[in-house]
Amino acid sequence: MHISPAKLFLAAFLINNILLMRFIGLCPFFGVSTSVSTATGMSVAVMFVMLLSSLVTWVLFHGILLPLGLVFLRTAVFILVIASLVQFVEMALKKYIHSLYSAMGIYLPLITTNCAILGVTFLNIDYKFNPLQATIFAVGTGLGFALVIILFATIRERLADAPISKSFKGYPIAFVAASLLSLAFMGFTGLFGISL
Amino acid sequence: MIPENRPSRLKYFTSGIILENPILILMIGLCPTLATSVTAQDGLGMGIAASFVLICSNFVISLIRKIIPSSIRIPIFIIIISSFVTIIDYVLQAFEPGLYQVLGVFVPLIVVNCIILGRAEAFAYHHGIIDSILDALGKAVGFTLVIVLMGIIREFFSAGTIFGAIVTPAGFRQSPVLFMIFPPGAFLLIGILKSIVNRLNENKGK
Repeated sequence: MHISPAKLFLAAFLINNILLMRFIGLCPFFGVSTSVSTATGMSVAVMFVMLLSSLVTWVLFHGILLPLGLVFLRTAVFILVIASLVQFVEMALKKYIHSLYSAMGIYLPLITTNCAILGVTFLNIDYKFNPLQATIFAVGTGLGFALVIILFATIRERLADAPISKSFKGYPIAFVAASLLSLAFMGFTGLFGISL
Repeated sequence: MIPENRPSRLKYFTSGIILENPILILMIGLCPTLATSVTAQDGLGMGIAASFVLICSNFVISLIRKIIPSSIRIPIFIIIISSFVTIIDYVLQAFEPGLYQVLGVFVPLIVVNCIILGRAEAFAYHHGIIDSILDALGKAVGFTLVIVLMGIIREFFSAGTIFGAIVTPAGFRQSPVLFMIFPPGAFLLIGILKSIVNRLNENKGK
């Protein structure tokens, strides 16, 4: 795929935002966005694991699955690699970098079944990215995830105190807020003529 | 086994459709619901694909639940689920290439659909085969109904058709509510549906 690094980053970060435009990773989007601190912890964990698993799965796919004709094992291999990677990261952080572990430790187990991570690894393959592009895509997507989930958490903190009719309390008003946020992000469509 | 148990067994099936609807009550499995409900037909395709995986994996897991060690049950669930996802992935690619193109990355992403792993962990691992299949069927029907309903509403407003059949006057189709085809429309629609469900629950409580 031919696209300049800067354009690819913008596409992953804003234009095709993974949460608001692609609808991937909505469970944590609504699940942990009730306060800014949890949203931040989750985003850090997602960004970290997303980058790591993008690189590992890219190498596995192009180094092992493709040459050996085992492409049909893609789904099973990717999800298992991500699951074990998350476990490994959790153990390593607990032992060596305790401050980081206390910041994102409790979010790590949740990440295994986070569609955002798996989605990015599949998209890397589907778009036929080279390793550099896959890295940029993973970083951009992770930052886009963080930006949107933290923005959304600040909105939801306000909504918690707002006078809202009973049937709209909780999830429904969060969906409406997400709709407006998504409408705002639609404004980025076609920015600099980038399309992915 | 005992006749008194019969009605409660059927309840495993019916509870998934309304009382424990995976999307509108439990609020899980949102990604495919919002992303693939652009038209009723896409929604139906996604519903059937996810239902196939859910029913098959629930069946297999409850079949071998006695020999799965509990400490490594999650990886085993994931392997079983991903096998069925691979099957449906290749079946769609071969027989429904158009649908496969539309669903895109959401076909392999069925593997992390919270409904499927959730039912494996919460139900199939502890219940018999028939109960597990009934439970999976109920959840599958509940999921498919909501995704098709959203597809019908979004297709009606954005194209003036339902399942491709023209149901609106030509004037409406010339300037449809394109908003509904885009992500904001999907968020808004599920918000409205959820508020209706909340309202119905409130009234029932009184």
